[in-house]
Amino acid sequence: MRPVRVVEGRAVPLGRNDVDTDQIIPSEWLKRVERTGFGRGLFSEWRDDPDFVLNRLEYAGATILLGAERFGTGSSREHAVWALLDYGFGAVVASSFGDIFANNAGKQGLVIVRLEPATLSELVALVVADPARHVTIDVDRLLVEVPDAGWRHGFDLDPMTRERLLEGWDDIGLSLRHEAEIAAYESRHAGTTPVARLAAR
Amino acid sequence: MAGRTLYDKIFDEHVVAAPAGGPTLLYVDLHLVHEVTSPQAFDGLRLNGRRVRRPERTLATADHNVPTDPPSVPVADPVSRRQLEVLEENCAEFGVTLYPRGDANQGIVHVIGPELGVSQPGMTIVCGDSHTSTHGALGALAFGIGTSEVEHVLATQTLPQQRARTMAVTVEGRLAPGVSAKDLVLAIIGRLGTGGGAGHVIEYRGEAIRALSMEGRMTVCNMSIEAGARAGLIAVDETTIDYLRGRPGVPEGAAFDEAVERWRGFVSDQDAVFDVEVVIDASTLSPRVTWGTNPAQVVPLDGVVPSPEDAGSPEERDAIERALAYMGLAPGTPLREVGVDVVFIGSCTNSRLEDLRAAAAVAAGRRVAPGVRALVVPGSHRVKAAAEAEGLDRVFVDAGFEWREPGCSMCLGMNPDQLKPGQRCASTSNRNFEGRQGRGGRTHLVSPVVAAATAIAGHFAAPAEVAP
Ligand code: SF4
Repeated sequence: MRPVRVVEGRAVPLGRNDVDTDQIIPSEWLKRVERTGFGRGLFSEWRDDPDFVLNRLEYAGATILLGAERFGTGSSREHAVWALLDYGFGAVVASSFGDIFANNAGKQGLVIVRLEPATLSELVALVVADPARHVTIDVDRLLVEVPDAGWRHGFDLDPMTRERLLEGWDDIGLSLRHEAEIAAYESRHAGTTPVARLAAR
Repeated sequence: MAGRTLYDKIFDEHVVAAPAGGPTLLYVDLHLVHEVTSPQAFDGLRLNGRRVRRPERTLATADHNVPTDPPSVPVADPVSRRQLEVLEENCAEFGVTLYPRGDANQGIVHVIGPELGVSQPGMTIVCGDSHTSTHGALGALAFGIGTSEVEHVLATQTLPQQRARTMAVTVEGRLAPGVSAKDLVLAIIGRLGTGGGAGHVIEYRGEAIRALSMEGRMTVCNMSIEAGARAGLIAVDETTIDYLRGRPGVPEGAAFDEAVERWRGFVSDQDAVFDVEVVIDASTLSPRVTWGTNPAQVVPLDGVVPSPEDAGSPEERDAIERALAYMGLAPGTPLREVGVDVVFIGSCTNSRLEDLRAAAAVAAGRRVAPGVRALVVPGSHRVKAAAEAEGLDRVFVDAGFEWREPGCSMCLGMNPDQLKPGQRCASTSNRNFEGRQGRGGRTHLVSPVVAAATAIAGHFAAPAEVAP
């Protein structure tokens, strides 16, 4: 994973509660075996609507997506994260997230920012008032800022996720540092596994 | 010191390493794999020169994408076909046992794990699929993961995990006749909301849960994710042990007795404390139907479509309006007056033998209403074979239902079984999201018996209302 220190650029206010991962990337896109090219499928059922916020010119090239409550619930498809990244988003700001989605995002370098609903509303109001405004999300200092409005707010990120983002660490590499412990665990729990028993029948 | 919950016991038993400041590294006993969320993970292994650490703890099947035509009919969609081939190539290359399309053991991953006896009490089970929570019915800690985590488990047989919070959902009393596990879990989700279980592992307990069959328990645990929970769990009891006895992945003889001895420990201690406790009275429940675009938007079958006026907040009002518009429903309409175009009986929520028996009992001697397409998709080849041995296929076909080959099918419409825009479907699956069963399709979640009765009546109905 590449390190992520700061995400900056325009922000686009999607709003809507309960945006599930089926909405983020519909299942017809899940047949692909590649990891790239999912940006075209992002919110594809909504993008036919010319008024859909992502189709509005003033938000073109946005790098930050502003959601609402329970963003990314539902299916575990990591394709949702790939689609957001591939489209050009580097961060999603919402007041709550689906657990698996947030987990997947952390592994891929998509920054997840949780803001209280009132704080999120302030940010949305600033963006709606002037869509060209730059918003900055600083992973190192854990700050969301709208510099030209003098607005800033802190956010929480668990220390491990923050460090992984900043360093660009690969989880598998980190876990394999515990190779000796994994091997020790396995020798304590040796024996025929159910899958082996099944395969032997 | 207070006792431990079932969740804590399983978690504690699987700790490989607990580095200071970081998440705990948890051992994974069983990794279930399917064609949709695995290709990029196997690619990752290849790129990094890694192997599958424990093929004997990994089991793959093809389910999401497979057509429900007989296996002799080729897969028409080249992109789907490629994905199924890639799964076969990957499993062959990395030494993973695979039950491909047409195999006697093939089926929906969450149906075959329990029925083959590879999902067992006290295990940690993961799969790149959010309904992995199903296996929690056996007293296993089972949860869905993303593709990066699939790769992580393939490479290390572990996962970094933070300990979740625990929630007890205690269901007191007994379900009335005609009220199923599906109605119960829809009522629970209606109560908790789509985010009520976030960050939690739910343990279902109480008299009504203990009275459920293993298959009913799977239906309940399956939909834990729809309340935002990471996993659902039910303590081991005689029902669990009776279910497991004699299954192919389960040991026999003295080894079985030894296993049972250990399994009996997978219950929460009497004095265990949960972070959150919710109590539900089963005796007050009746059949449920979802009316909106998330599973918490649910009302009794006897009820009416809600109105934006009922909303508690502007956001909720907006959500109701949006759902009504998408679903093409007017506030105040009795559910019984809402007609359907399609009925789908299937999915990892309700495609096991007991579900098919219940639906067939309603279908027997009746006819699907004119203009309604009704599909029955067994969860696995084993379910299909068992149903056919009892003649359930004949019952369905004689009543005008289609009897199809196993797979996820219209639960997510990745194969050709899809709704057309505007079509309304009574479905025994688990998600009524916009477009879930096909672009523009309108999904109402129901139990198998309500689905069967609805197919016959042509509108939402309970079994008692359909004429023989
Ligand atoms: S049946 Fe539906 S919910 Fe279950 S695994 Fe398949 S697609 Fe997912």
